[in-house]
Amino acid sequence: MTHAASSPAPETVPQQRPSGQPFLSVRDLLVHFPTVDGVVKATDGLSFDLARGKTLGIVGESGSGKSVSSSTILGLQRGTRAIVKGEILLDGTDLLSISDEQMRLRRGRDVAMIFQDPLSAMHPYYTVGNQIGEAYMVHHDVSKKAARARAIEMLDRVGIPQPDRRVDDYPHQFSGGMRQRAMIAMGLINDPGLLIADEPTTALDVTVQAQILDLLQDLQREFNSAIIIITHDLGVVAEMADDVLVMYAGRCVEYGPTKEILTQPQMPYTWGLLSSVPDVAGDTESRLVPIPGNPPSLLNPPSGCAFHPRCAHLDKVPGNLCRTDLPDLTPATTGGNHVKRCHLVHPEDVWAKEVLPEIAPELAEQNQEPTA
Amino acid sequence: MRRIFAGVIMLILMSLVTYVLFFSGGLHPERAACGKNCSPAQWEQTKKALGYDKPAVVQWGEFLKGTVAGRTYPEDKALAKANPSLVSTCPAPCLGYSVVNTTNVSTEVKTAFPVSFSLAILAFIMWIVGGVFFGVIAALRRGTVVDRGIVGVSLIFYAFPTFWIGLFFLKFFAIQWQIFPVPSYVNLTDSPLAWLGNLVLPSLTLALIYMAGYVRMTRAFVLESFGEDYLRTARAKGLPNRRVLVKHSLRASLTPIVTMAGLDFGALVGGAIITESVFNYDGLGALAVDSVRTLDLPTIVGLVVVLAAFIILANIVVDILYAVIDPRVRLG
Repeated sequence: MTHAASSPAPETVPQQRPSGQPFLSVRDLLVHFPTVDGVVKATDGLSFDLARGKTLGIVGESGSGKSVSSSTILGLQRGTRAIVKGEILLDGTDLLSISDEQMRLRRGRDVAMIFQDPLSAMHPYYTVGNQIGEAYMVHHDVSKKAARARAIEMLDRVGIPQPDRRVDDYPHQFSGGMRQRAMIAMGLINDPGLLIADEPTTALDVTVQAQILDLLQDLQREFNSAIIIITHDLGVVAEMADDVLVMYAGRCVEYGPTKEILTQPQMPYTWGLLSSVPDVAGDTESRLVPIPGNPPSLLNPPSGCAFHPRCAHLDKVPGNLCRTDLPDLTPATTGGNHVKRCHLVHPEDVWAKEVLPEIAPELAEQNQEPTA
Repeated sequence: MRRIFAGVIMLILMSLVTYVLFFSGGLHPERAACGKNCSPAQWEQTKKALGYDKPAVVQWGEFLKGTVAGRTYPEDKALAKANPSLVSTCPAPCLGYSVVNTTNVSTEVKTAFPVSFSLAILAFIMWIVGGVFFGVIAALRRGTVVDRGIVGVSLIFYAFPTFWIGLFFLKFFAIQWQIFPVPSYVNLTDSPLAWLGNLVLPSLTLALIYMAGYVRMTRAFVLESFGEDYLRTARAKGLPNRRVLVKHSLRASLTPIVTMAGLDFGALVGGAIITESVFNYDGLGALAVDSVRTLDLPTIVGLVVVLAAFIILANIVVDILYAVIDPRVRLG
């Protein structure tokens, strides 16, 4: 699964950028929605960096604030009653402080988004070519004919057969995989520096999923764009992402290079996510280990660490700390830029001794020998 | 094609139902034609002469035959030969001959139809334009004073009876302030300007009633489309708001509006009885009221068929428009 996960030269410290300033830098992003029942804290103090040509995977359960954060980068919350604070620096410009019109001009050109379920994300009444060409025409002063030619070119690029004919089809005449390819064509038609993919493979069957992910990687190499991929599928993360950000209840709970997050996670919620992934090569009789309980309400999140009501390792923390104090994002023991939000003093021991033997015994044995 | 065929079958059935219902009521449509002092014998004779003595189904059969072959009144070949001036002919397609109005039903319809149609089409344009416009404004300003104002005012007009609004317009706009002429129907071919000027008040009266529904419907569907994924996609492309609204949102809201508009228009062509009465327009609505009052069966049947035909036609047009609007719909 991880054949193309990392870039040609594996970096131990991805945060060191040659230019010093990362392409995308999100600082303390906060998105709150005032409702009649109170304030929904969809995103609370989220920070991450992303360089061109790199991929960030954002994972978390439904309602953990993944999609809200990303659509805020696109400025889609504008015109609603959402309260947004923090900074979103794209190439040095704060997307939160520019005017609506300036944001609109960047939308689709500098930052583009592809959505899950392309059947509902495309307008049923217009041809695929019309919708793709429209994305080009709005940012380029070209004729309809030129936009159409460009749409055909993009459809060809994303691997739609006979693009000059399929360009006049309606979305319902495309298969699910082709629709997602068309969505990608629409997203990439203006060569955006940043592409946000919101669960791009959720509605597709697995063979098509793999094709779509390969396509995204090819295109990323070609256009050197930064990609944020939002998913709850850790397989997708392993395949695509350079860095992973795990979200829980609107907050980042663990963030670091993909390899470290997947092999040496230091936060019980990440453990839970990894435990609930089925092992293809594993015993068919073996049971998945779900995370007990339900995702918390963002209206009234639990006190202290939001994960404490579902955490199996509460007793390893002295006193009532997990219930009363929100843990800070602190560097993990693996070093580098791997951070975690957990009160556990030695999470690496708990992982190696308790969690890993349970979900992947053979890996646990290997890990007994010290490897860096 | 299948639809048109089904429509014709429906029209035939509706005329049958009209005949059967009419005669099941124990009415004596021949009474008026018999005159003031009508002896039982004369009554019988009139009944026979007018053809009301035959069973309803037989009369219906004659009506059907007439629509294809034409008829003469009375159906008496000898009389026609001896004294042609006493026999009235009704060429095919014959909808019947109205004894009460001493004219063919098709002539009656032909005279009244332009009046009702002009009224309907002008009112239709007014309420669609106004309804969609104010509906969109209300949706864009959802929850604000503007939104509540638009919905509230349209409801007030909806709640007022037609005759009240009609009389109000007549009294103030036509008589007191003389902004518009006191409406009386002018043929379009005679003077297009006078035709329009005279129609403004009656059409507006009619349009205001219908508009409330369209304001609310447009508002609801535009708001609903705002929540659709494809509208988010349109915004994510960086389209200007106006384009998102017109190209993506309104287009999606069009289907239900077209459905209702088509049916409302089809029904309205059949005559706005109250509006026509208030403004003294001799349209199909007024004709229908008169024919029922005088038990003028041929006119009643003729109107039922013509008006039903319009509703069926409107349905077919709506179906065709569906396929034009929504590429996923195929005409069967």
